[in-house]
Amino acid sequence: MSSMSEGSGQHPSQSSRERSGLAALVFDAKARSLFFQAMLAIAILGMIWVAIGNAADNLAQQGREFGFDFFDRPSDIQILTTFGTWLVGYEPGQNTVFHVFIIGIANTLIISLAGVFFATIWGFLIGIFRLSPNFVLRSFGTIYVELLRNVPLLLQIFFWTALLRIVAPSQRGEFSTLVPGLLQFDAKGIYGPYPIPHDGMGVVMIALMVAIVAAWGFGKWAKKRQDATGQPAPVGLVSIALIIGLPVVVFLIMGRPLSIEWPNFVSEGPVLRRGFERGIGSYIAPEFMALFLALTTYTAAFIAEIVRAGINAVPKGQSEAAAALGLPKGVAMRKVILPQAFRVIVPPLTSQYLNLTKNSSLAAAIGYPELVAVFAGTTLNQVGRAIEIIAIVILVYLVISLATSAFMNWFNNRVKLVER
Amino acid sequence: MIDRPVEYPAVDHEVAYLRTEEAPTLQPPGSEIGFRGWLWRNIFASMADYTSAPAAVMSLFMTAITLFTGYAIVWMAWTLLDFTVFSATFTAAEGLKRDACLPNPGACWPFIEAKWYQFMYGFYPPEDVWRVNVCFAVLAAGIGWLIFGPSHRGKVAAFMLFGYPVLAYVLLNGMPVEDNGDLGHIFSGVWFPAIVAAVLFAGWWLADAGRLGDVGSAFAPVLLMGVIVVAIFAVLPLVTMAIDLALGTEVVETNKWGGLTVTLVVAIAGIVVSLPMGMLLALGRRSSAPIIKWSSIIFIEVVRGIPLISVLFFASAMLPYFLEPGVDFNKLLRAMIGVMLFASAYMAEVIRGGLQAMPKGQYEGGMSLGLSYWQQMRLIIMPQALTTVIPGIVNTFIGLFKDTTLVLIISIFDLLGILMATLKDPEWATPTTAYTGYLTIALIYWIFCFGMSRYSVHMERKLDRSHH
Repeated sequence: MSSMSEGSGQHPSQSSRERSGLAALVFDAKARSLFFQAMLAIAILGMIWVAIGNAADNLAQQGREFGFDFFDRPSDIQILTTFGTWLVGYEPGQNTVFHVFIIGIANTLIISLAGVFFATIWGFLIGIFRLSPNFVLRSFGTIYVELLRNVPLLLQIFFWTALLRIVAPSQRGEFSTLVPGLLQFDAKGIYGPYPIPHDGMGVVMIALMVAIVAAWGFGKWAKKRQDATGQPAPVGLVSIALIIGLPVVVFLIMGRPLSIEWPNFVSEGPVLRRGFERGIGSYIAPEFMALFLALTTYTAAFIAEIVRAGINAVPKGQSEAAAALGLPKGVAMRKVILPQAFRVIVPPLTSQYLNLTKNSSLAAAIGYPELVAVFAGTTLNQVGRAIEIIAIVILVYLVISLATSAFMNWFNNRVKLVER
Repeated sequence: MIDRPVEYPAVDHEVAYLRTEEAPTLQPPGSEIGFRGWLWRNIFASMADYTSAPAAVMSLFMTAITLFTGYAIVWMAWTLLDFTVFSATFTAAEGLKRDACLPNPGACWPFIEAKWYQFMYGFYPPEDVWRVNVCFAVLAAGIGWLIFGPSHRGKVAAFMLFGYPVLAYVLLNGMPVEDNGDLGHIFSGVWFPAIVAAVLFAGWWLADAGRLGDVGSAFAPVLLMGVIVVAIFAVLPLVTMAIDLALGTEVVETNKWGGLTVTLVVAIAGIVVSLPMGMLLALGRRSSAPIIKWSSIIFIEVVRGIPLISVLFFASAMLPYFLEPGVDFNKLLRAMIGVMLFASAYMAEVIRGGLQAMPKGQYEGGMSLGLSYWQQMRLIIMPQALTTVIPGIVNTFIGLFKDTTLVLIISIFDLLGILMATLKDPEWATPTTAYTGYLTIALIYWIFCFGMSRYSVHMERKLDRSHH
C-alpha cells in the first residue's frame, strides 16, 4: 500500500515547504500505512466479533451448544463397505462418530492416492501421445484432452456411474469376469481374493522392507560408482530381483504363511440370497470405481497438457545434442529431455494433485463415503453441529493440501536446476 | 598458416562430359510428397526401423499401439454415431413418450425435445420467459461485440461488467417497486443517499482542485470512492424502478429459476465479482503492510486449500449461524457468494503471476513520474499485468463455469441439476434416456468451455506475437 509513496515520506526536507501537525501525519507514509492497516484489522476483528456473537445467539435460540463432545456419540448410520470401514472394522451402532470421521479421512486418502498414481501414468502417456509424430496417437491424444477437459467433472462422475451400471450384469445370480480367475464383478461391485496372513508373515514383511532398503542402497552405490568411473550398473534389474526375490525366498522358507480367501458365489437357493456372499473375499464398491475412473481420466487430461508443455519447453538443441552423442531415443528421453522437462512440470503437477484430492469430495453426489459425504453430509444431518463439523472438514483439507505442497516442494527442490 | 595461391585447372569447354547448362530439377520421389509422403511421415516411419533388436522391438510395439488406438478411435466414433443417429428415436407421436423410445437401442431425442424448456429455463413461468431470452440475447451481443466488435470495446466491457448484472437482475428477478400503487417509498429511500452523494461529490470536486490544501487533496481519492459507493445506493433503485416501470415485470422467485439460466447467472456473478476482488487480493498479497499482506495470504491459501463443496456447505449450512438471528437470505445468493469467494482466490493467484512478471522498471518509471500508488497500479501496472495473464484468466473462467455444476449438491437446479431431476420422470424412463441426457448436457458445457479455451489460445498467440 505504501511502499511506493515512501519516497516522498522519507524526504520531507525536499518538498517545497515544511509541513507540521496533522498535515505531516497525513503525508507520512508510515502513519498512513499504519492507519489503513489498523482500519482493516478493526474491520476483520469486528466482523469476527459480530459473527461469533450472532452464532452464540442463534445457537442459544435453537437450544444447541458449541462443543466437540459429539465425537463420542455412537453412530448407527449405514456406511458402504470401503477401505475406511475395513480399516476401522465398522459396524453400525458399535462405533462412534469419531470412527466415522476416520473412515471419511481414510476413504478420501485412498481415492486420492489411487487417483494421483494412475492419473500420473495415464496423463504422461497421453501427453507423450500428443507429441508423437504418429498421426493416430496424436489425434487420439488431442481428442481425449479436448473432450474431457471441457466437460464438468460432476457430469463425468454421473456418466461413469451410469456406465458401470449398464456394463454389470443386472440379474441376481449372474456375474461377469474382469480378470479371468482373479476378479469378477456384478451390479454390486468387484470381487477378488483376500489374503489372510498367518504367523510368520511379519518376517516376510520385514524381508520386503530390508529388500527395499538394500535396493535403495545399491542404487546410491551404483550412482556413486558411475559418477566416479563411468561404469553403469544394472540398477533396475538388481532392484526388481531384490524386492521380489528376497520376500519370495523368505516366504517359502517360512512355510507359506498366507492363505487366500476366494469370494463365494451362491447361484442356488432363493433369488434374494443369490450372488456373491458379503464379507468373504475382497470387495470394491462400484461407487469407488466410478469416482476413481472419473477422477483419473479427468485429471489425466490436465496432466497430459502439463507434460506436453513441459517437454515442449526443453529446447530442441537438447534432443539434437543427445542424438549427436549417439544416445538412443529412449535414453535421450530418460536422461536428457525428461529431467529438464520435470522442472517445468512439477509445480503445475502439484496443483493438479491437490485439485484431484479436492475433487474427490464430489463423491458426495454419488454416495461414496469420503470425508465430505459421510461427515459433512450424513453425520451433520444426524448430530446437527454445522459450525464444528464444517470447520473440522476445512481443517482436514488444509492439512492434506499443506502436506502435499510440502512434499512436492521437496521434490521440486530435488529436480530443479542447480546452477553453478 | 601458409598462404599459398591455389591453382585451379583451366576449364575446357570442349570436353564432352562437362555440362554446360543446369540439369532440370527432378520431382521428389512419390514416397516423400503428397498423400503417400504424409502417410509415411505421420504413421509408418515410427514402425519401420528393424536395423537392431531394440529398434525392432520398438517398431513392433508402435505398430501394435497404433493399431489398437486406431481401432479404439473408430470403435468410439462408430458407437457414438450409431447411438445418436442410426439406432436413435427422433420423433414420438403425441402422448407416446417413453413407448416411442423403448423399441430402439439408441438415443431418445424426443425426451430432449420435451424437456428442452426446462434445460434452458428451469421452472420459469412460460409467459415471462422473454425476460430470460432478452438477458441471453444481450449477453450474446455483448460477448460478440467484445470479440468481433470494431470499436468502443472498453465501453462495452464496462457495460457488461457493471451494467449488465443490474439489467439481468431486474429482468430475471423483477422488482416489487409498486407498493400498493405507490412509488413514494422508492423516493423516500433514495433522497438521503442522493444528498450525501452530492455533498461528497462537492467535497471531492473542491479537494481535487486543490481548494482544501494538501491534506484535502490527499483525501480526494477517499472522497471519490465514497461518492461512488453512496451513489450506487442512490441511483440503483431509480434505475431498476425505471426499467421495471417500462417493462412491467413481476417478481419471479429464484426457486423457479433453473437450467442454463442458473448456470449462467452463477458463472457470470462469479466472473464479475472475482476479477476486481482478485485484483485487490493480489495487490494485497504483494503489499508491504503486514496486516494487509497476511490477511490476503490467509484468505487466498485457505480458500484454495479446500474443495468448492465445503465452501458451498459453508455458505449454505454455516453462514446462517453467523448472521443476525432471523435474517435468512436466498439459497441461490448464498451459493453465489460461495462461488464468488472461491473464484476470487484463484483469480488473485493468476493476477499475482502477471504482477510478478512486470519488470521492476515499470514501477520505477511510475514512481519517477510522481504517480501515486493507485495511479501507478491503474495506469501502468494493472493494464500490462492483466494483458499478460489473459489466458490464465480465461482458464479460471472455464474452471468456474464447470464448477457451477456443484451447486446441485446443495439442491439448486442448474443445468446438470435439472437433468438429474428430469431423469427421474417415470414417463420418460428408458434404458437410454440417461445417456441421451448426459450427451446433450455435456455438449452444451463443451461448447461453452471449448469456445472459451479457443479464445484463450487465440489471445495467447496474439500476445506472443506482440513481444517479437
